[in-house]
Amino acid sequence: MTTSVLRARGLTKRFPGVLANDSVDLDLNRGEIVGLLGENGAGKSTLVKMLFGVYEPDEGTMEIGGEPADISGPADAIAKGMGMVHQHFQLVGPLTVADNVVLGAEPRSGLFIDEKAAVESVRELSEKFGLDVDPGAVVEDLPVGVQQRVEILKALYRGADILILDEPSAVLTPQETDELLEVMRGLAATGVGIIFITHKLREILAVTDRVVVMRGGAVVGAADTAGSTQEGLAELMVGRPVIFRVEKDQAVPGPTVLYVQGLVARDDRDQRALDNISLQVRSGEIVGVAGVEGNGQRELVETLTGLRRITSGTITIDGEDVTRASPRDIHRLGVGHVPEDREKDGLVSSYSVADNLVLNRYFKKPFSKSGLRDFAAIARNAEKLVADYGVATPAITTGVGTLSGGNKQKVIVARELSETTSLVVASQPTRGVDVGSIEFIHEQLVSARDQGAGVLLVSAELDEIFSLADRIVVLYRGRVVGDMPAADATVEQVGLLMAGAVDA
Amino acid sequence: MASPTNTKRLIPWFAAALVLAAIVAAWSWKSGDTEAVLGRTVRAAAPLILGGLCGLIGERSGIVNIGIEGQMLISAFAGFMASSYTAGMGTLASLVIGILAGMIAAALTGTFMGWCAISLKMDQIIAGTVVNIFAAGFTSYAFIQGRTQPTYPQWSVPVLADLPIVGKVFSQGPLTYVAFVVVIIVQFALFRSRWGLRTRAVGEHPSAADTVGIDVLRLRYVNMTIAGSLAGIAGMLLLQSASVFNRGMTNGIGFIALAVMLFGRYRPFGVLLGGLVLGFFNGLQAQLQFRQAFDIPPQFFGMIPFVFTIAVLAFAGVSARPPAAAGVPYEKE
Repeated sequence: MTTSVLRARGLTKRFPGVLANDSVDLDLNRGEIVGLLGENGAGKSTLVKMLFGVYEPDEGTMEIGGEPADISGPADAIAKGMGMVHQHFQLVGPLTVADNVVLGAEPRSGLFIDEKAAVESVRELSEKFGLDVDPGAVVEDLPVGVQQRVEILKALYRGADILILDEPSAVLTPQETDELLEVMRGLAATGVGIIFITHKLREILAVTDRVVVMRGGAVVGAADTAGSTQEGLAELMVGRPVIFRVEKDQAVPGPTVLYVQGLVARDDRDQRALDNISLQVRSGEIVGVAGVEGNGQRELVETLTGLRRITSGTITIDGEDVTRASPRDIHRLGVGHVPEDREKDGLVSSYSVADNLVLNRYFKKPFSKSGLRDFAAIARNAEKLVADYGVATPAITTGVGTLSGGNKQKVIVARELSETTSLVVASQPTRGVDVGSIEFIHEQLVSARDQGAGVLLVSAELDEIFSLADRIVVLYRGRVVGDMPAADATVEQVGLLMAGAVDA
Repeated sequence: MASPTNTKRLIPWFAAALVLAAIVAAWSWKSGDTEAVLGRTVRAAAPLILGGLCGLIGERSGIVNIGIEGQMLISAFAGFMASSYTAGMGTLASLVIGILAGMIAAALTGTFMGWCAISLKMDQIIAGTVVNIFAAGFTSYAFIQGRTQPTYPQWSVPVLADLPIVGKVFSQGPLTYVAFVVVIIVQFALFRSRWGLRTRAVGEHPSAADTVGIDVLRLRYVNMTIAGSLAGIAGMLLLQSASVFNRGMTNGIGFIALAVMLFGRYRPFGVLLGGLVLGFFNGLQAQLQFRQAFDIPPQFFGMIPFVFTIAVLAFAGVSARPPAAAGVPYEKE
């Protein structure tokens, strides 16, 4: 017999002008994993915030463990056995794992915190739930995947039997994601009920028992995972059929656009991150760079776009030596850059959509005339790009920081691809982006290729590499360990190369 | 062969041994002067330590406080006025009232800066500047020339005060001893107590603290107020030395305290060490001026602590890692 740990009926939340959640029902049983699937803006976060007491529902009722529950705030939700793992970790970097776990509910002996007891309870919890973490380690030294386990431990330490995971895989490598899914299965086996928010269908199918699909603030479907298919769920989520296989013709590669020879560069900690890299990208082809994150991808992209100094080696774009060129010089050669961290390197959050759309061209005519900005031209540019690239924004004057992840990324893609002629360097272009936007961004990359640009696509998602790339380059510890036509490559082979298991 | 970490651990002991050797050498050369310098070192260190702790407690919880100078001045003024008007109640009562008045005045000033930074989300540098300017202006304006207050007693620790070399270290005003007790309490409180853990969490990642039910804003208010009371004792220490209020009597000590905090890398025991080092330079320059040594104009000796402060800010400031949320107002989601 299944026991209900959480039961929500008719939850409704209105914001001025928006019906964010429209009579949403949700059930969670003991030991069950329920996937909450939906695009950005579908109302998943609003729902979860009501469950967790951040928002007060306008209508609807909740039951926790069969008892009617009225949750007054996050502290109350925690007291009632709910735990939440936020997408942006809520961890204090310089403190130890144990300190982070007990923070706010510290065991004490006399005047001081009982550090021994804290370490002991973390150790017990990690053994009980199979979450391998060293309680004495300093959090900021840990890899992201392990930090996430610390977040889960925090919830478990507070006695959570309902765990809400908000887009937990958005920041993880494929390997770390697999480990997380394993951890979730283990937790469910001990009786914890899990609400798993994501828009990655593969993860939903891999780990959940049931799936609830949201669109436009309402539940549009709920089903047992066992009978669901990727296509069916995607269609429910987006509201129309989604093509998973990217439609593209055979590549017609032209002359070499990007020519990298013997590239060596150091990372921020002054370690050698790129070790004698040589590669080429021809016009009209997409070269996918595969590799576990942290194997030099970031440094490669930064050196190519002029953001990082090169120790030795040469980079040539369209026959011009750009080894020591500035980012603007490289941009002038028709290079578009979709950076890995869109918030930090791609956009100025506090600027409007229109201003963000001219960040790479504001100094040129017609956007600038005798040193003064031409606002009419900037607005025309914005109107056109917003329409062409389907950016969902209330106005071109809206602050870009208020847009959803997918729309932020579309702003960057619009800016970088609309002027590109020779080369596109795209790093994790679809990370944390909803399915509809992923599809669109993929189409744009293919169309850039078809118009004769060379595309260098760096991605941690092997699916993405395989569906887009014409040629695959594998990075391992800053070296190119594989370079092959995509048609000849298999996932297993590339996976082994990524792990450094074989030399190509 | 010692491993690098072991060698690193030996550095403080090595330094301590050097300092000890230097003291003994100086004493055998000029015993009286050496004893005086050591006594002054401790006396001058006390307000720097408390001022540094004031800055540390605020910044550890996320609020940058550059108003320590003003807080000390306000404290000294309030304390002097309170003691002066209650002089008739007897020396002890008058001094205690003065100390409490100084602490409360500086604590309230801390609360005010907290209000600016926490609730008004004002730029914290400006809030501190406001306090400094107000303190300098108001105390100069409201000060009444010619008033007096009872003098602080000197407490000599039995036996220790009779020792050679370090004897004068153990003959100080009562508040000086308080400073050294407070720094030990803050060290343990910051790293071992619940308050300390929460303070550090709030200064590094306030929303993380918020999500586990810690009231970020309240803790910051509390810390600014506690820190203010420590700056209050620092101000009263100046009064303890001078026995009378003077316009602008803080003379930059509140700013040097910030350098002491940086030197100590936001750790109380580091502040203790930094305070003693700067206190030593202070004691040295005072003794050199007093002696009119080496036929050098005394102003050059007066520069020593300030030159050292600049050096600290240039070198230690680079390596000290401030709390991540220092200076950033906390806004709930």
